Amino acid sequence: MIKGLFKKPRNELELSTTGAKPAPSGVYIPPELFTVCPRCKKSVFTSDVQENAYTCPNCGLHMRFPARQRIAWIADPDSFVELWPDLKSSDPLNFPEYKEKLEAAERASGESESVLTGTARIGGIETALFVMDAAFMMGSMGTVTGEKIARLFEHAAEEDLPVVGFTASGGARMQEGMLSLMQMAKTSGAVKRFSDAGGFYLAMLTDPTTGGVTASFAMEADVTAAEPGALICFAGPRVIEQTIRQKLPPGLGRAESLLKNGFLDKIVPRDQQKKFIVRMLRAHKKPRREG
Amino acid sequence: MEAKHRVAAARAKDRPTARSYIRSLFDEFTEFHGDRLFGDDPAIVGGIARLGQTYVTLIAQEKGTTTRERAARNFGSAHPEGYRKALRLMKQAEKFGRPVVTLVDTSGAFCGIGAEERGQGRAIAENLMEMMTLRVPVLAILIGEGGSGGALGLSVADEVWMLENSVYSVISPEGCASILWKDAGRAAEAADCLKLTAQDLVQLSVAERIVPERGKGFEETFALLRSDIEAFLDEKQRVPAEELLQARYQKFRKIQP
Repeated sequence: MIKGLFKKPRNELELSTTGAKPAPSGVYIPPELFTVCPRCKKSVFTSDVQENAYTCPNCGLHMRFPARQRIAWIADPDSFVELWPDLKSSDPLNFPEYKEKLEAAERASGESESVLTGTARIGGIETALFVMDAAFMMGSMGTVTGEKIARLFEHAAEEDLPVVGFTASGGARMQEGMLSLMQMAKTSGAVKRFSDAGGFYLAMLTDPTTGGVTASFAMEADVTAAEPGALICFAGPRVIEQTIRQKLPPGLGRAESLLKNGFLDKIVPRDQQKKFIVRMLRAHKKPRREG
Repeated sequence: MEAKHRVAAARAKDRPTARSYIRSLFDEFTEFHGDRLFGDDPAIVGGIARLGQTYVTLIAQEKGTTTRERAARNFGSAHPEGYRKALRLMKQAEKFGRPVVTLVDTSGAFCGIGAEERGQGRAIAENLMEMMTLRVPVLAILIGEGGSGGALGLSVADEVWMLENSVYSVISPEGCASILWKDAGRAAEAADCLKLTAQDLVQLSVAERIVPERGKGFEETFALLRSDIEAFLDEKQRVPAEELLQARYQKFRKIQP
């Protein structure tokens, strides 16, 4: 599952990549023991990073958090029940090289799609939970991603559960063409119906949340929070630079600037997330669900 | 016809833009401006139009026809205020029980600094949610380019119609080719793979109808379209709102793996 992390950083947007520390001469140090923090450039023990909820023990950088580890970390012990784990993309357009990419994504992430869905208790409160995984085709939204999200909101409406979602996505998945784009409408419809029925939805936007996911369920929550430094945008910095051919102001599209511009309720570092989520779930608990 | 030819036809400079449709399909049109939050986006035209006895709220992406107008209208690429103007007018339509007709023609929602700072993603997301439960009939007609989220932001409708040579795609063929194959020159191949033509999309249940293109200035097309819109409005206005919304949700809901 963490195998996908061990590659050289391709660019600075790819925050959670790890690399090998140069070994002192004559001593063999397995490269997977160390992670080079992309921000402070310090070599830190990979095990320390993992125990620290995938943040840098030196500078606090929030690296990408594999979905299953994130669930184990945020949910009450052994409370996660995965829903629809067997749904897999059928390559509906017969798109060239897509099947191979799906297989590679499965190997890289250990998951069969870009989102995990299910129910879990968080602080003792039964919750519908979705967590996206950037290691699966950069968290792109295919038909199965959209289907699992829509099913989760429908399930939560039926069972009268709140929804907590962690987004991480490069946007729509072009190998599924318009069927992918339609997932934006489908998920938005499911969120709207859930919301109209009085359901509570908390979204935690993580790095990166962009494109079609930003323009749909990531930005449709009752409470919208984000992780420090997360890239959250409709069009990524490179796309904008290519479109307008000028350098961008620093920080554009990062969580801190979205907060300033009024598009986030709060930035919540990982060490405070569980407390924050539990507090919000308690504040929105419906009286009739108690006891 | 190959997909790349459809893409070229959809983008052709001499192709009628929304303005021609508004003039030819409706008996009168009064344009309204502004989103009441930030500004007025010239890439999106909105207002009230009359078709015989029926008033509709009309919202259209206008690319412009002259070089100067194209620049003024940002080539039909809307900012968040354009989507928010559209939403304001759609909510107004709902209040007064007017059906909504949208004319979609954009290479995409604008990708720029101001668009990001003012929440392009949130603006589109809000339209997707609100259109899904808008309690009046909604018809979206793709008249040229349907560029991804920027087109979808006006296209959550009871029915989606596509002009014979319009296209609707998750990404431009050039963008797709350069990301997948690092070679924008393979755009024609990407256009094929993306299944973006009206013919493909009716087959995939993304669109309901193909509108044939007839006559040099589209005169026959407009006449046909006018009577088809009349028939659509006549039929959908009889459907109880709950039933309409259920069908609209299911139309998108069933697009699954």
